[in-house]
Amino acid sequence: MTEKSGADILIEALCDLGVEVVFGYPGGAVLPIYDALFRSGRIKHILVRHEQAATHAAEGYARSTGKPGVVLVTSGPGATNAVTGITDALMDSIPMVVITGQVPTALIGTDAFQEADTVGITRHCSKHNYLVKDPAKLGDVIHEAFHIATSGRPGPVVVDIPKDVQVATARYKKPGPIQHKTYRPQVKADQSQIEQLVDMLAAAERPILYTGGGIINSGPAASQLLCELVRITGAPVTSTLMGLGAYPASGPQWLGMLGMHGTYEANMAMNQADLVVALGSRFDDRVTGRLDAFSPNSRKVHIDIDRSSVNKTVRVDLGIIADVGHALEDMVRIWKSRQHPKPDTTDWQRRIAGWRAVKCLDFPENDPNEIMPQRAIRALFDATQARSPIITTEVGQHQMWAAQHFGFEKPNKWLTSGGLGTMGYGLPAAIGAQLGNPNALVIDIAGEASIQMNIQELATATQYRLPVKIFILNNQYMGMVRQWQELTYESRYAESYSDSLPDFVKLGEAYGWKGILIETRDQLDSGIAEMLAYDGPVIVDCRVSQLTNCFPMIPSGAAHTDMILQANEVSGTMDDEAKALV
Amino acid sequence: MHISQEKAERHTLAVIVDNEPGILARIAGLFTARGYNIESLTVSEITADKSVSRITIVTSASPATMEQIIAQLDRLVPVHKVTDLTAQGAHVERELALVKVRGTGDHRIEALRLADVYRARVVDATTSSFVFEVTGGIDKIDKFVELMGEVGLIEVARTGIVAIARGKEPA
Repeated sequence: MTEKSGADILIEALCDLGVEVVFGYPGGAVLPIYDALFRSGRIKHILVRHEQAATHAAEGYARSTGKPGVVLVTSGPGATNAVTGITDALMDSIPMVVITGQVPTALIGTDAFQEADTVGITRHCSKHNYLVKDPAKLGDVIHEAFHIATSGRPGPVVVDIPKDVQVATARYKKPGPIQHKTYRPQVKADQSQIEQLVDMLAAAERPILYTGGGIINSGPAASQLLCELVRITGAPVTSTLMGLGAYPASGPQWLGMLGMHGTYEANMAMNQADLVVALGSRFDDRVTGRLDAFSPNSRKVHIDIDRSSVNKTVRVDLGIIADVGHALEDMVRIWKSRQHPKPDTTDWQRRIAGWRAVKCLDFPENDPNEIMPQRAIRALFDATQARSPIITTEVGQHQMWAAQHFGFEKPNKWLTSGGLGTMGYGLPAAIGAQLGNPNALVIDIAGEASIQMNIQELATATQYRLPVKIFILNNQYMGMVRQWQELTYESRYAESYSDSLPDFVKLGEAYGWKGILIETRDQLDSGIAEMLAYDGPVIVDCRVSQLTNCFPMIPSGAAHTDMILQANEVSGTMDDEAKALV
Repeated sequence: MHISQEKAERHTLAVIVDNEPGILARIAGLFTARGYNIESLTVSEITADKSVSRITIVTSASPATMEQIIAQLDRLVPVHKVTDLTAQGAHVERELALVKVRGTGDHRIEALRLADVYRARVVDATTSSFVFEVTGGIDKIDKFVELMGEVGLIEVARTGIVAIARGKEPA
């Protein structure tokens, strides 16, 4: 067997792993890899305009296809620019492999040009990372990196490759199935625990299923099994932000999202339940609110593939370590084999119907000309739902309105930065999703502030002829910041006004996009129709009510039952203890 | 092309640091970030008020890299002083090991005899096992562990090197 350069080994290993697309940006320390990529011609490379966007695009690709996203960036600033996206993928459990160039091994530690301690910097924001110092080990490391990124609780893995290791030669052989000596995620649940859970579910009078991103990560089959479990048990379902789409929003047991901006019915049901079954969700602070008031009278079961997520913030009565898809399959099988009848939850359903009747997502529309942001999301949903669109978002009020008012029927259609809350996520994520789903309708629901954080990616979509749509809810404020200032700091709007905004229509046109301005309610449907009719990228600047806030809302550190339903319930100040909470 | 390695020699460093959270991570991180080796690292508080710690690091590097390691350590804000005990000359190095040995009959007797030669103390015993405590330089402990391998070694716990300069002056 002849020796190959490290760069050629890398490309061959990526091909062996089935990689079709790489998101990246070239630079000095990855030139040998870019040359190998060029010579091979087997992998499509998407040139982004900023390395952060490469990571978010890879996340969008991964989240919408279920395949790992791959990023290729240079040393130093290339790697440090990628750090935000790597952290984002860690927080939201997105499978991603990031290849970074590094200065030659002899120069490591000398403060060489474009040197950064990539492995040190990414140690705490990656699932695992490697510095490869020997080309003979590179092939195995790449295969192991993909194994770690995609198995167990998925996450980002960084592989740092010094330039001399890219040039030096060694032999490469495709390794067999990976049996890591220490890393062995537990996929199958302990069957006696599943039986115990089935017993608890059969006996519960007020059960609730609390689902999360783990169901999406487990694959589409997990979502189907969830629907089947709901059908046979009659248990109502709520979901985290990351889990939207696992159970269809049109389903009879759907309560809507829970937590800080969740629905009244979801939070009240969580509060009053006697059994909470957490499925691939992690009791985030945005979900639980005040911990000592969180679902106080329930027994709790938590199924998660990550042992450290169990009992992290909320003590549970039964913790089951497993892939949630496998666990759901076991639950459905055992439930059916025991021929459990569907439990009688009539009383529970009647109480839930009472909470639903509050219609917590309704909003006032007083000015006939003004577009309420919620109305814009609903109009977008009505116009596109038949095409089963993929929706990405930035971070802020628009993200919460999209989560509340856009109905998701299937998994892998909702891509948002949940854990890290990264403004600037949506446009590159939409680009990644469009590449993975060339025929899908992909829309980034954005805010006018967030969109500017990665606005340079308009060029990437143009270059690769990606017909992504950006729908900006433009209220001329960093709305969520302003909302918190209103609630907490007596409306002292420190730096939350979006001054000197660009003309988004002209900006889009400058990049080769179509631009559409929507200013009044009578333009809303026609503007959306025009956006959808255009076969190419479109940026829509939809001017919405400036001072509308996102409700319902549980203030930071409050209990689920302390939900604010409408703006007139807002007090305007908080004590220091509340101000100190995130 | 193949990658060549520099010749390295072993040095023992004494690093006096402020005992603040994260100092150990900072020092370990410096070594990994700049590609230096750590063969052994020990750390403990050395003042009554627990405000200062002494870290003893055994590392291998070329003379030029060694100079950089010392300079980089010295540059860290919480570091008071770095001394290269190996370069400075005469110093004492000691390590402590706990060695668990299982065996009966002749093996058991032989283990005890060897322990006596190496001045290892018995700190735990059952009818079929011993735990020995042995102190000395790295070579002595390596040799003792190797010999115990022949009479029923189960496991070893080693502290890593601590070191101090000979004579009346501090390092």
